[in-house]
Amino acid sequence: MQQPNRLRPFFENITFDREDNEMIVNFGPQHPSAHGQLRLILHMQQEQITKAHPDVGYLHRGMEKMAENMIYNEFMPTTDRMDYIASSSNNYGFALAVEKLIDVQVPRRAKVIRMMLLEINRLMSHLFWLATTALDIGAMTVFLYAFREREYLMDIIEDYCGARLTHAAIRIGGVPLDIPDNFLHDLRVFLNKLPENIKDYEDLLDTNRIWLMRMEDVGVIPEEMALSWGCTGPMLRASNVKWDIRKEEPYELYDEVEFEVPYSDKCDNYARYKVYMQEMRESAKILYQTIDMYAETVKNNETELMAHAPQYISAPKLELMTQNYSLMQHFVLVTQGMRPPVGEVYVVTESPKGELGFYINSQGGPYPYRLKLRAPSFWHTGILTDLLPGHYIPDVVSIIGTTNIVFGEVDR
Amino acid sequence: MRAYKPKDDVQKKSYYTDRYWIAPQVPTSKVEDDAVFAADLAAIKAKFDVSDAYIQVEQMVVYIKPEDNYAVLELLRDELGYTQLSEMSAIDWIAKQGQFEIFYQMLSMSKRKRLRIKCFIDEKQAIESVSPLFRSADWSEREMYDMFGTIVNNHPYMKRILMPDDWEGHPLRKTYPLQGDEFAAWYEVDRIYGKEARAIIGPEIRDSAEVDRLDTERFSRLGFEVPMGAEPKAADAEPTVETLQEEGGVFLVEKFDEADGHIIEDRKR
Repeated sequence: MQQPNRLRPFFENITFDREDNEMIVNFGPQHPSAHGQLRLILHMQQEQITKAHPDVGYLHRGMEKMAENMIYNEFMPTTDRMDYIASSSNNYGFALAVEKLIDVQVPRRAKVIRMMLLEINRLMSHLFWLATTALDIGAMTVFLYAFREREYLMDIIEDYCGARLTHAAIRIGGVPLDIPDNFLHDLRVFLNKLPENIKDYEDLLDTNRIWLMRMEDVGVIPEEMALSWGCTGPMLRASNVKWDIRKEEPYELYDEVEFEVPYSDKCDNYARYKVYMQEMRESAKILYQTIDMYAETVKNNETELMAHAPQYISAPKLELMTQNYSLMQHFVLVTQGMRPPVGEVYVVTESPKGELGFYINSQGGPYPYRLKLRAPSFWHTGILTDLLPGHYIPDVVSIIGTTNIVFGEVDR
Repeated sequence: MRAYKPKDDVQKKSYYTDRYWIAPQVPTSKVEDDAVFAADLAAIKAKFDVSDAYIQVEQMVVYIKPEDNYAVLELLRDELGYTQLSEMSAIDWIAKQGQFEIFYQMLSMSKRKRLRIKCFIDEKQAIESVSPLFRSADWSEREMYDMFGTIVNNHPYMKRILMPDDWEGHPLRKTYPLQGDEFAAWYEVDRIYGKEARAIIGPEIRDSAEVDRLDTERFSRLGFEVPMGAEPKAADAEPTVETLQEEGGVFLVEKFDEADGHIIEDRKR
């Protein structure tokens, strides 16, 4: 390797003196349409890309290392910072993995609330995706419209947990809070308006000439390529694979709700756009059903929000205040942390971006021995290596847009 | 005498563990209990050595020899329908047995099954790259090398992915210090200003709560402010007498009176 110094900085083995016409462009890491800290090193003939090297790691915080030195509950707020556009999804993925490890059953009302949070997060993430991608392509109006709706959702989430971006709204074994008084009403108001809003976006974009030119037949990911690169979520579904973890390996109460899995065989940017739009409608459908499910738990008087597993999860407050032994257990759980059994799990959930997996290897200690975060965006960034060659430089922007990568998740 | 601390695992340890505490196990079941997994395992066993196999939390775990990794994954992909490599990485067991454990997390969409292929390699032992089979392994193996320093043979572009190219050490090893070592403290100074500036700038302050009163860049000379461009005051100097502008009754500037304020009860959307 070339030894870098101030006069000869090290730039990825790039030699600047070339005899042919090849030009090397450094796209990012501060490019506004790189959606975060993505640096692309693009080799180009004229405006056409011949080789692309995505360079990541500018937001690397060593979350896996942090997890190995934290008790399980302590790690929960850190997961917020992975996919910070939909942070409850990460909370949930981690909570579910630990619940599988310690084998506890979450009460039904907590499950319903979790599903509400997950779908609200999916809507938030998809609206954010639409806004930023449209903005990259020049559709300022859609950006403003979509952010207006997202703002409303963030207010709803704020009513629930007090935070707007990093929610930490889910606990291992349940949820910390019941939903506040106006929550269901506000949510219903939003959901009733949502079909109109989505129609607004689609009226603006669907047959828009600029949008079609930038989206149609650009960034085609064939099915084999998507599978080989480990693509998941909308990226995979837009490449003709009908695979949604909520349907195929249902968790929570997803087997009790009715929804469709939108997919497309066009494989291009436009297909991904349509999949995202359709998924928003499906999320709304699920949310309507969870509102009814919540009403049912109220009717059946199922008020518990946390699982009962005193060796792993603190008892309810009333017990802590009245029973000495519960208080002692709580003290140990807070100061030393829970000790899951020896073993390993790999648990996947369908986050808005794709398959979010948590691999936990526990050696019976209060800290995980190894925790691997499987973030979908990591491979959705990697695929740019194979996807970009052959495209032109303006296509790079629309392709990065539709891959929906979030760098908190890529770099972890 | 200082307490002995093992050097091969510097990670945080539980400060108290009951003497008689025995960790429970996550229950495992036999592969024969699941017909699909049993058939898959039989297909693997027909061609390769399998040292152990069981089902844990709905997924099959199969231990193979490290030199078979490419062939086993090829068999899984082409004949058994495991078309996606969801995840792969390593686990550091060097302190315990001088080995890394490599795992490949596979997904079969046609069977709706997930299984995990595992193998052990020695610290300096190389493993064959599976990126010709699964392109996703390209980045996973780079990350594994970056984090653990495991050697991967025949990888198309083996280079660090998350850490800077000239970083020393591999962060996810259990021997890697938690607080940032000597190298990390000088890394940015060396890169930006050069080694010769070390004496002037000093090492990176890694304690975010530290307040250096003489630091001119971090606005932390609280109580000892000097006019712009002036030398910072000596350590034993008198604190600066501070008067706020609005206290003298400045035109148009009103001092906020807390008693006057009120909190809005109902926020309008």
